[in-house]
Amino acid sequence: MQFIDQPPRFLFFTGKGGVGKTSIACATAIQLAESGKRVLLVSTDPASNVGQVFGISIGNNITAVPAVSNLAALEIDPQAAAQGYRDRIVGPVRGILPDDVVKGIEEQLSGACTTEIAAFDEFTALLIDSPVTDDYDHIVFDTAPTGHTIRLLQLPGAWSGFLEEGKGDASCLGPLAGLEKQREQYKAAVDALADGKRTRLILVARAQQSTLREVARTHEELAGIGLKQQYLVINGILPKIEAETDTLAAAIYKREHAALNNIPEVLKQLPQDQVALKAFDLVGLDALRQLLTDTPYQQHGTNESSVEVDKPSLSQLVDSIAEDGHGLVMTMGKGGVGKTTVAAAVAVELANRGLPVHLTTSDPAAHLSDTLNGSLDNLTVSRIDPHEETERYRNHVLETKGAQLDAHGRALLEEDLRSPCTEEIAVFQAFSRIIREAGKKFVVMDTAPTGHTLLLLDATGAYHREVARQMDKAHLQFTTPMMQLQDPKQTKILIVTLAEKTPVLEAANLQVDLRRAGIEPWAWVINNSVAATTTISSLLHQRALNELVEINSVAQQYSKRYAVVPMLKDEPIGVQRLLDLAAG
Amino acid sequence: MTKSIQVFDPAMCCSSGVCGTDVDQQLVNFSADADWARNNGAHIERFNLAQQPMDFANNKVVRDFLERSGQEALPLILVDGEFALAGRYPNRTELARWAGIASVVEVQPASGCCSGSKCC
Repeated sequence: MQFIDQPPRFLFFTGKGGVGKTSIACATAIQLAESGKRVLLVSTDPASNVGQVFGISIGNNITAVPAVSNLAALEIDPQAAAQGYRDRIVGPVRGILPDDVVKGIEEQLSGACTTEIAAFDEFTALLIDSPVTDDYDHIVFDTAPTGHTIRLLQLPGAWSGFLEEGKGDASCLGPLAGLEKQREQYKAAVDALADGKRTRLILVARAQQSTLREVARTHEELAGIGLKQQYLVINGILPKIEAETDTLAAAIYKREHAALNNIPEVLKQLPQDQVALKAFDLVGLDALRQLLTDTPYQQHGTNESSVEVDKPSLSQLVDSIAEDGHGLVMTMGKGGVGKTTVAAAVAVELANRGLPVHLTTSDPAAHLSDTLNGSLDNLTVSRIDPHEETERYRNHVLETKGAQLDAHGRALLEEDLRSPCTEEIAVFQAFSRIIREAGKKFVVMDTAPTGHTLLLLDATGAYHREVARQMDKAHLQFTTPMMQLQDPKQTKILIVTLAEKTPVLEAANLQVDLRRAGIEPWAWVINNSVAATTTISSLLHQRALNELVEINSVAQQYSKRYAVVPMLKDEPIGVQRLLDLAAG
Repeated sequence: MTKSIQVFDPAMCCSSGVCGTDVDQQLVNFSADADWARNNGAHIERFNLAQQPMDFANNKVVRDFLERSGQEALPLILVDGEFALAGRYPNRTELARWAGIASVVEVQPASGCCSGSKCC
């Protein structure tokens, strides 16, 4: 493995949830420690099983791992870090200021950016020279800060008059206000990140076209701010031998190799390693030692005592959606789980039953929506380009509101407008033009705003005004737009996830966030499930058994109403394949 | 002795991204005016409810105001600790009167996005 060869002091693994960052980070830490280096492993994975892997409990203190000499580990819980951060700001005024005021402040500090900054705050201390870290030759992180966070901290204007004076003027720094350390420490931390002699960034991906595209964007963004030493690891590649025995496995093998052959140009220059899909659960030292080796898959007496769990089809779910005759259906989930595919399958199912449907998608690839247009009588398809919408929106704000700002002020405003929430808002505003149609037909969207964004938009009234304007034109009855989203008769939100540990946890977090806004997701859709297929590949079969555990936990803990969508041999493009997908 | 002008802003937070939805031109303008007044010797402090709630809680006038009128009634402006204005931002004339600035000297461009815009 090249990424582990002559490593610098800091190793950061980044990639979307479920690609295997934590497992690879663990395996790397073990390998380095066993080669005689003193290693600290830092995990921020909310599904962290680092403690479980080593059979100890770790938590928020550096803990020596007895099973591996030279290895210590630390777990940072980003949600807890964000809570601690909120408590520092809000705690002292609780009970003194009115409750609704306190609640309002807490909501302001409940976004994804706050969580990120709070987590960064926690590991800043590990990036600077200190007695705590001097003991270690290498510090391995299973996460990396986003470009947005780093840029925010790099902006000189962001700090002026802020930490020094301790008072107000850089109020732009909403998320930075609760930071505890000195400016010099953040600067040192950011410098360490951008120093190729000290820091290596390892992008972790799967052999899927959409994932690789996303990784290419991360690569460019982080390279743009100085993190030039980057490596690429493609995890979970299906071994060729599996493709010989099973048609599904053969299709996956073919698809993965097509994705690898068409890898984005910018990623081709990076040193690349490939890690084969393993059947075993990555728990325990032996499993992790094997992860980075090429040892072929060996069947250690598969555990056939599988969990019994229902796997209702998407089509069954659509039966209940169809009953109302009209309404808004939104799919929601992290990138790469297949929101667009699920939205398209729901739309096709509804239209196929003779119901009028408008499918609107932000699918960047467009081929899915393009092939559907005009294919069914009752189905209209429209598409918005998220990048275009965000750009237009950004320019509008900069031209109007930013016109009078000086260079520093403008740089800060520009960075604010690069926050992930901005895209969410811009896209949702574009969609809100179509929402009004939901009174007479079905409107299916492949995106939904988070609860956090809704609460803030609702608080400012901006969202209300926006939608009210649209609704008035259509002479619809409504109380408030929030109430439309909160009413399951009018709006059904489908949370889309994969039958894997981290994606399920991420989906559960989205659900908590929506509930804070008084919205109960209507159902969960578990996409791309091997367990819902009839594979005979032994490796895939083992995967399916692992999936059943996750499907069961969704059914038991998160949503009584759910559907399982099988992994298909072919990409779900066109009406027939989407119907097959829904049928299960 | 220069009078002290304290501005208590509503909760504003960049991380929300609300930045964009409703960037308030009033705030941008006030930011420019406050800057101008400072350059003319005024002493102006600003407090953001989302970031410095303690400054709201520790001040009886502000605390009582929040109890009575709620956060929707912000901003609140105090001059030497006494109620001067609420519900909107002061204009340049008002700032000049409070700070005892004799005449308009020069106009400075605004600075600091969020000190002014609602983006935070």
